[in-house]
Amino acid sequence: MTLSTLWFIVIGLLFAIFLFLEGFDFGVGMSTRILAKNDEERAALMSTIGPHWDGNETWLVTAGGAMFASLPLWYATLFSGYYILFLLVLVGLILRGVSFEFHKHAETRTGKNLWMWAFFAGSIIPPFFLCMILLSMVQGIPINANGDAFPTFFDVVNLLSVVGGVAGVLLSLVHGLNFIRLRIEGPLRERARKLNQILYPILFLGEVVFAILVFLQTDFFTKRFASSLLITVLIVLFSLLGYYGVLKDREGWSFAGSGLSLSMVIVLLFNGLFPRVMIATNPAHSILIKNAANSQYTLTIMTIVACILVPIVAIYFVWSYSLFTKRINPRENTVKY
Amino acid sequence: MLTMGLSIVSLARFQFAMTTVFHFFFVPFSIGMGFLVAIMETIYAVKKDKVYLDMAKFWGKIFLLSFAVGIVTGIIQEFQFGMNWSEYSRFMGDVFGAPLAIEALLAFFIESVFIGIWMFTWDRFKPGVHAFMIWMTSIGTMLSAIWILAANSFMQHPTGFRINNATGRIQLTDFGAVVANPQLWKVFPHVILAAFMTAGVVIAGMSAWGLLRKKSGENHFFKTSLRFGLWASLIFALASAGAGDLQTQQIIKDQPMKFAATEGIYEDTKDPAPWTVVELIDSKNHTASGKIELPGVLSLLAYHKLSGSVKGMNTINKELHAKYDKKFGKDMNYYVPPKTLFWSFRVMTGIDALIMLVAFVGLIFSRKKKDTIESHKWMLVVLGICLWVPFIANSAGWFITEFGRYPWIVYGLFTIADAVSPTSTVGTLLFSNIVYFLLFTLLGGVMIWYCRQTLHHGPYFEEADAKQNVDPFAKEAFGQ
Repeated sequence: MTLSTLWFIVIGLLFAIFLFLEGFDFGVGMSTRILAKNDEERAALMSTIGPHWDGNETWLVTAGGAMFASLPLWYATLFSGYYILFLLVLVGLILRGVSFEFHKHAETRTGKNLWMWAFFAGSIIPPFFLCMILLSMVQGIPINANGDAFPTFFDVVNLLSVVGGVAGVLLSLVHGLNFIRLRIEGPLRERARKLNQILYPILFLGEVVFAILVFLQTDFFTKRFASSLLITVLIVLFSLLGYYGVLKDREGWSFAGSGLSLSMVIVLLFNGLFPRVMIATNPAHSILIKNAANSQYTLTIMTIVACILVPIVAIYFVWSYSLFTKRINPRENTVKY
Repeated sequence: MLTMGLSIVSLARFQFAMTTVFHFFFVPFSIGMGFLVAIMETIYAVKKDKVYLDMAKFWGKIFLLSFAVGIVTGIIQEFQFGMNWSEYSRFMGDVFGAPLAIEALLAFFIESVFIGIWMFTWDRFKPGVHAFMIWMTSIGTMLSAIWILAANSFMQHPTGFRINNATGRIQLTDFGAVVANPQLWKVFPHVILAAFMTAGVVIAGMSAWGLLRKKSGENHFFKTSLRFGLWASLIFALASAGAGDLQTQQIIKDQPMKFAATEGIYEDTKDPAPWTVVELIDSKNHTASGKIELPGVLSLLAYHKLSGSVKGMNTINKELHAKYDKKFGKDMNYYVPPKTLFWSFRVMTGIDALIMLVAFVGLIFSRKKKDTIESHKWMLVVLGICLWVPFIANSAGWFITEFGRYPWIVYGLFTIADAVSPTSTVGTLLFSNIVYFLLFTLLGGVMIWYCRQTLHHGPYFEEADAKQNVDPFAKEAFGQ
């Protein structure tokens, strides 16, 4: 395996970890309007991810940085090609990021509501548009010889990309509810489980539609039938595992299941892309990993750096989670700053 | 049509300038605040003097507000190289991506994880252990500055690379040279020390307003904070000026046009070179008039000795044409915007001098033996107003650095005009400019408002609030 292929996998891994972690952050944000009934519960939900959301988002920043550092031609084409959608993702992430801090300081009802709504909107917009970008990209878009992408409106907004966006939001919500079941005690926890009992059947339907559309609209199943099928089955199996955890009231299984489903979506897309990074309507202009990659020298340095730093990051990242395992009770004001 | 007069390059430049300037209001503020709060908490852990705990908590709130706006505006930076400057990303990918990725892996994870722990564990750890968390956060912010400045330093003074003839792109040949770039190790101390100064000035200024409010029980808190902030202002204003002087030596060598423009010199100076305090610049005809000069001072600033002349922009322009015409053509304009650089430099250094003076006077008035600062109300008002000035100085400093690189995005190698995304349109750029502008105005306004509100409540607000809000039927209510 060449180093550039290794880095293609690393970028995929980083995105998969990001979706696993920030997926439940997004879901928790959505549930402030869907699950919570009052401000007390909303604040309790927000506080479940208070210490973690920033670290979780850093995986996205790292994925972007890794893309720039290893396959810059992919980075340049993808981000310039989907300019407006990335702008919307950024606006969502900005509103969401400040809402944690601003919400604490708001003293009027209007102020509290404003930042709670910003938190909610900032938790739906990014997963929707990120999934939309990814699923538009894998269908193939017009790219010129220089590598500039000019997707038309219907390249960006079509059945698969919209279904993908909605599925991403739904899966994040389900994942967030499973996380809430792990971190909250009292009636909220039970309500989260009940809501997931309703959401899972919808999710399965969504996954089937998604799989059919991927089959029809991309070349994944013609190019690599066996692996694409296997990963699609895994997405559904992990969701089933999550559903099993909902029915048997085993939140650990549910959380692992929904998180791995989200990660597997990235695996499906990256597996289908390989060895390309951008698919052009004119196949001659598709960007391949080997053409998008940096020099051997730079990739070697990045590999060494990553081998040293990633294990260290992993250790203190996991340790930070282990500090906050006590369940939060919305009735007690456990939110301390 | 309105959009006719706007070019893609100027809109893309405006957006980059707007987003980075706004981001850089909060970056030095957060870096400095994190560092100073870490010192406060360490003093508490060692001396067990409660006022330092109160200080760490109170100024910690201000730190968190600025940190929040700092990170969300920073996310934009990570992606806008690809979004708006895709040709730049293609050209520079082999060099530029690595520091960004390392910044994320090495610095962003440390700061984001440890700030999360620090915020929520005041009651769980011993003071020393808890202080460790803010130190890790602070170290994370400083490591981040090193790597982003490493990337910027390459753009100012490329080292450790060659041009790949097949692709026409930059290829990294010596990563060590990128990290050891002399530009980096001159600019990093200047930026970091200015960040510490910024936080010191803000702490002193907000404390001055706090003292003016004369709320009972807060005097000791704000007095201690004031002196802490003033000492930080004075020390780091001096230190950042010293570091800036060292950086100037580097600029004279690497980017003489930038240096000549900051001093407004069109024609070569005499020997020893006089320093122009103010002058009228005619950038069209490349002349300056109405100079007020201090003889010999520029030689001292530029070379640390009383002799030596400095090259003017007209001479340097000819040299640059001789050097680059083959590659970039005869029509290039190598003059950097002279008025922007000349006045930015005077604003930056003037503010630095003002801070030194104000901090020095403030320290004298508030000295322990004869503390009269509260009877000098005007001094407290001056300090309170001064809390805004370091932000102007920080921006002015970056104006010099970035405008002074014109016409290049990577010095001597790649022009700004070539770097912009070919996919950009005036419409999308106008849209994103408006969106960012409105969003940033909102964020900045709210952030300042909440800082003001936090100051208004004072350091003991939550304790008082908690006592008032005891549930009348709870055990505590019958405690006495």
